[in-house]
Amino acid sequence: MSELKQELKEKIIEQLNLEDVSVDEIANDDPLFGEGLGLDSIDALELIVMLDKDYGIRLADPKEGRKIFESIDTMAAYIAANRTN
Amino acid sequence: MCKGVAITGMGAISAIGNNVQENYDALVSGKIGISRISKVDTVHKNDIMVGEIEMTNDQLKQELGIAKETAVSRTALLAMLAADEALKQAGINDINDCETGLISGTTVGGMDQSEKYYFEYLESDEHWGHINGLHAGDSTQKLADHLGLTESFVSTISTACSSAANAIMLGARMIKSGQLDRVVVGGTDSLCKFTINGFKTLMILSDTYNTPFDDERKGLNLGEAAAYLVLESDEIVKRDNKKVLGYVTGYGNANDAFHQTASSENGDGAVLAMEKALKVSGLNPSDIDYVNAHGTATPNNDLSEGRALLRMFGDQVPEFSSTKAFTGHTLAVAGGIEAVYSVLALQNNVIYPNLNFKTPMKEFNLLPQTTVKQKELRHVLSNSFGFGGNCSTLIFSKEAQ
Amino acid sequence: MKPVYINSIGSVSAQKTFDNKEFLNEIRDYNDTVIHVIDPNYKEYIPPAAARRMARGIKMSTVSSKNALTEAGIENVDAIIVGTGLGCIGDSERFVSDIIKNDEQFLTPTRFIQSSHNTVAGQIALGLGCKGHNFTFVHSAVSFESSLIDAKMMLQNNEADTVLVGGVDELVEHHVTTHRLIGHIKKEPVTSKDLLQSKTEGMVMGEGSHFFVLSNKKSNSCYAQLLAVKTFNTLAKDQVQQKIIALLEKQEMTIKDIDLVILGNNGDVNYDDYYEQLSASLLKNTSQAYYKHLSGEYDTATGFAFWLANKILKTQNIPESVQLNTVEPSKLQTILVYNQYRGENHSLTLIQKC
Repeated sequence: MSELKQELKEKIIEQLNLEDVSVDEIANDDPLFGEGLGLDSIDALELIVMLDKDYGIRLADPKEGRKIFESIDTMAAYIAANRTN
Repeated sequence: MCKGVAITGMGAISAIGNNVQENYDALVSGKIGISRISKVDTVHKNDIMVGEIEMTNDQLKQELGIAKETAVSRTALLAMLAADEALKQAGINDINDCETGLISGTTVGGMDQSEKYYFEYLESDEHWGHINGLHAGDSTQKLADHLGLTESFVSTISTACSSAANAIMLGARMIKSGQLDRVVVGGTDSLCKFTINGFKTLMILSDTYNTPFDDERKGLNLGEAAAYLVLESDEIVKRDNKKVLGYVTGYGNANDAFHQTASSENGDGAVLAMEKALKVSGLNPSDIDYVNAHGTATPNNDLSEGRALLRMFGDQVPEFSSTKAFTGHTLAVAGGIEAVYSVLALQNNVIYPNLNFKTPMKEFNLLPQTTVKQKELRHVLSNSFGFGGNCSTLIFSKEAQ
Repeated sequence: MKPVYINSIGSVSAQKTFDNKEFLNEIRDYNDTVIHVIDPNYKEYIPPAAARRMARGIKMSTVSSKNALTEAGIENVDAIIVGTGLGCIGDSERFVSDIIKNDEQFLTPTRFIQSSHNTVAGQIALGLGCKGHNFTFVHSAVSFESSLIDAKMMLQNNEADTVLVGGVDELVEHHVTTHRLIGHIKKEPVTSKDLLQSKTEGMVMGEGSHFFVLSNKKSNSCYAQLLAVKTFNTLAKDQVQQKIIALLEKQEMTIKDIDLVILGNNGDVNYDDYYEQLSASLLKNTSQAYYKHLSGEYDTATGFAFWLANKILKTQNIPESVQLNTVEPSKLQTILVYNQYRGENHSLTLIQKC
């Protein structure tokens, strides 16, 4: 699980071009949106594509993403439970 | 700034008809143009529905007398067909007989061809004729040549889904301020993989018929269309003894300045645009007899626009409907084709139905007009909103103000 | 009708123009078929969180628009109007290429959003919180002039008091490759100095972003007054002269009132004729300047010409590097800019010292 979390942090930084953020700066329970990392609704759509491409998880409704992307913890838990690849 | 802006000709092609009359007949008989896509070979063809124009590029070329092998994008072809109809109705034989301009709106221009040959260009020269078509202004330039317009103000506006509305607005302002005597205004866009996939990434495409202002709405259907109006000054109307179809009496553009693609929750930009348009026209909200809404059927737009209508009209919201259930969302052309529909509404004193509406939205008590309704109309307000927070409102009236 | 003042300027180009204190003090010479802008330090202007999704065109425009607003001493405007031939074409190209390569799978929204031609005007509005009129013109070589026409009309008719007007285009690979294939871009490199003597087909392609604050109220920073802008979709070679005379007549001027004309020669052997015939006839006794050897050719290159004209009037100096003939103007009061691209989309812009 901690490997997956590390991997997610790296991917988020790369995919979302967060040049000024390092992996160590993201705590597992930090909120990703709003006050935490400051991601927005366009980032959420980018993360939905990442779920599909890298873990074989397809979300039909972008609203589903809100709960999943709350933090690295919630994301990792969801991926671990639903991944198909 | 006291001149009238008369509409003397209109032309339109969309999923519900190849000319203005066919479009009108479909609107009042409830014939929708939404189907599975057949002309763009996309992997999403079973997941989406679109408002596709029946004619193929070859048929369009034949109709226009253009050789089959000439490199012209579908976007430009649709424009030519619609603009020809508008000029014909306006009875224009020599387009250069007064200071005439052309302002066209488009989002993707010739992308329908560019995306086909993107890598092929590097291998063979067969389709190099389309390379220049990627310039958004290329479809307008080709349209100007087709119309025989020379030594004139010709320009293209690209403000996403409010492009044609803004083209009409600019044209009206240029006539009012005496810069032009006549201007052909409108827009054109054709379906292509680029926009299908783009809207897909935003997750706002419906997998079934779009349902504007319905609580269960799932998103939009993309459509393709071209629509043009001929606007003329009072002097030209008088000189040529023109029949006037209606007037552009109000216009307003404002920016939501909220988000790159989404509308603000309370529709700030939309309210500002409507307020500006009313101010220009000198009308009060209570003078508006019908609102042709943007109503794309995305969760975000219809909520934002609904709230804006309530802020603008209070508890006196006039009859309103979105015609996108008929045509799909025709992007840059939305404000153009809906301008044609608004003028037809005035001419026929008829309000079009907002199809596919079942469940009122829970956020407010707003019911669109769902059946064809006869009503004496004097002023119609039409909204068009686009990415980049771009909000536009046009007001069309039977009489000059 | 109210006068229209150009109160400030901002520019990012292939020369070091992003510092308003300088005026072509050092010229960067090129020997290429494409030339890129000299990048300012974007980090000074754009916070990293905002920069992460920005296309080059947006970055350049953030800098040039901020510089223009700062110089005008204002924080917001009533309207934003942008001209761009191709918008953020880098993102459009990447999106098309991803569609094809990935067979329409796993595409992400950012590139599509940036592809919308009005993304620059929209993002500036978003950054400023500007809720006013927001237009984007995309019509080849008259994209910038269309914006000027719109702005001028707004200011003269009291639709706005202050307008931010700009032009931007970015240089990207696939576009360059394809336009070289069809001969629009030169096949052989040419030095900046020899551009007009190249005698070869096509242009040297460049990029840039130029923004201006226009107002119906003159500020202390004012550069010039915008007298007239006119565009023509077509114009036969022998008609250009007549259109210039007609434009001047409307201002109650003759060619003698023009102290300097800035011409759009780009070294394309097939089209520089439009300028050369004027140079040799109507403009024979007028001081002439050119600039595309410094800026490169692009749809909104006239934004560079407009910047140059304003700078010349303010500094009362014509840099040697842009002089096209040896006629010395007796004063520097009125400047005419003429441009066309491949024989189409002609424009005339007239400004006067204020």
